[in-house]
Amino acid sequence: MSGYNFAYLDESTKRMIRRAILKAVAIPGHQVPFGSREMPLPYGWGTGGIQVTAAVLGPADVLKVIDQGSDDTTNAVSIRAFFRRTAGVATTESTEAATIIQTRHRIPERPLREDQILVYQVPIPEPLGRLEPRIAETRRMHAMADYGLMHVKLYEDIARHGHIATSYSYPVMVNSRYLMSPSPIPAFDNPKMDQMPALQLFGAGREKRIYAVPPYTSVKSLDFDDHPFRPIRAPHACELCGSRDTYLDEVLTDDVGGRIFVCSDTDFCSERQAVKEAAE
Amino acid sequence: MNERSSKTPHPIPPPQAGEGGAHLPPPLLAGEGRGGGLAAQTPLLTARDLTLRFGRIAALDSVDIDIHPGEVVAIVGESGSGKTTLLRVLSGLMRPDAGEVSYLGQDVLGMTEAARRRLMRTEWGFVHQNPRDGLRMAVSAGGNIGERLMATGARHYGNIRDQAAHWLTRVEIDPTRMDEVPAKFSGGMQQRLQIARTLVTLPKLVFMDEPTGGLDVSVQARLLDLIRALVADLGLAVLIVTHDIAAARLLAHRMLVMRHGVVVESGLTDRVLDDPQHPYTQLLVSSVLA
Ligand SMILES: Nc1ncnc2c1ncn2[C@@H]1O[C@H](COP(=O)(O)OP(=O)(O)OP(=O)(O)O)[C@@H](O)[C@H]1O
Ligand SMILES: [Mg+2]
Ligand SMILES: [Zn+2]
Repeated sequence: MSGYNFAYLDESTKRMIRRAILKAVAIPGHQVPFGSREMPLPYGWGTGGIQVTAAVLGPADVLKVIDQGSDDTTNAVSIRAFFRRTAGVATTESTEAATIIQTRHRIPERPLREDQILVYQVPIPEPLGRLEPRIAETRRMHAMADYGLMHVKLYEDIARHGHIATSYSYPVMVNSRYLMSPSPIPAFDNPKMDQMPALQLFGAGREKRIYAVPPYTSVKSLDFDDHPFRPIRAPHACELCGSRDTYLDEVLTDDVGGRIFVCSDTDFCSERQAVKEAAE
Repeated sequence: MNERSSKTPHPIPPPQAGEGGAHLPPPLLAGEGRGGGLAAQTPLLTARDLTLRFGRIAALDSVDIDIHPGEVVAIVGESGSGKTTLLRVLSGLMRPDAGEVSYLGQDVLGMTEAARRRLMRTEWGFVHQNPRDGLRMAVSAGGNIGERLMATGARHYGNIRDQAAHWLTRVEIDPTRMDEVPAKFSGGMQQRLQIARTLVTLPKLVFMDEPTGGLDVSVQARLLDLIRALVADLGLAVLIVTHDIAAARLLAHRMLVMRHGVVVESGLTDRVLDDPQHPYTQLLVSSVLA
């Protein structure tokens, strides 16, 4: 493979995406349309996130890619390989060492810093889409901050299940103004978005939308006074590192129902295991 | 409370006496929830010279109308006479070619869409002929009633449910059916649910477009009685479009008769129906009696 521009996209495309990003940063939580390009990966593989990463990536950056919290799924491995090949940037599995982290489904457990950017791959950017299929109407609702309908959805959840049953893509209000879908991260991760020192960028390739949460911006999960938002995690300790406050994956250990719970953030877990071993 | 018998054939006493009441301040009323004093003298909604053409058809032709607090005004007229168009223009859903609409001194046609939508979900209500146009069919009855509360900032689930139960009771729906979707309700119940969903924010002015239109005669009568009781208790102003002269007689203090986009006659309901002046009104009234 040769003849590519740095990070695959040509400079005018990157400028167009950067303009969309700047606008998104200026209006936190607002979805900005952009001219999404064909990427050498199918939709659903994070083409929106990849384009955002390509537009903000510099030669000195260190890139980490996670998928479901893990650095070594096929998706994460191939996106890292893509940028190593097309941009020659260093890649890492360490949250601490990364300057740009592209993610699907998780926010790292280790708190992020001001000098880091978190890029989310977003399949469905419109939080109101399932409630109101008419695009002109959802646009109007955003323009007027007319979000009663989203609370109706949460109301219906409680009326049906006794609690808010939404555990992924849990809707948030950004900067007390725009309703935003945080992409399919677990609701457990929502509080990490609030006042995060790192810049958060969201790219939806198929839907051609970019949105952003600038550093230190308020991000609040929608709820009711008498049914407050609760970040839910499995009530266990990580089998490997013993953590009781991280998001856990359930892993089957055999085919007769044996199962353990381990951190979904593999980098965080192995760091904790290393510290534990060093202490012993 | 002034419980009224639902069998009286006469409308609740009009807040306004005399013909051409638009120019006379309505007399003060002792009636409860009726907003006596100054409020009753200032019209809620005023429109002047509304004109709207669809190609060669004049859907509205120089229409004037005033609606006072607590007043029920009926618009009657044959199909295509411009009744729905008038409601849509007055509520800001549609722009006229010319004319003015003012709500409590605010220019309805000139206000931002945000301001108009705020009015629409607080001080105004719109009850559609087809409940599907006014309800969210996939959302429970409680959620339908709660929507306007949540849209205006209600964030206490328990209070929202209490309100939903209260309003279901007021429209004579068993509150234990709060978690059912409207599709499971009869047509009359759906229409009552639509009314509950509208009244929950205690609007000042409700537009109703043939609210009993698609219903059986017996169901219509019950719904009209309910509307009459609610309107009296809550001191609502209502602009109601109807084909049904009997419904206008039952509910309305005043009525406007429309034909080809023109208000051919207006006045106190009893006066218009008992002593119609315009030949078209005479025809309308006699065809009902025949
Ligand atoms: N969007 C539109 N485009 C073209 N013509 C329209 C439109 N809306 C209404 N009209 C015409 O304007 C006239 C008034 O219509 P409108 O719906 O207001 O009548 P209406 O009195 O409500 O009738 P109905 O009793 O049948 O509901 C009719 O001739 C109708 O065909
Ligand atoms: Mg009509
Ligand atoms: Zn662990």
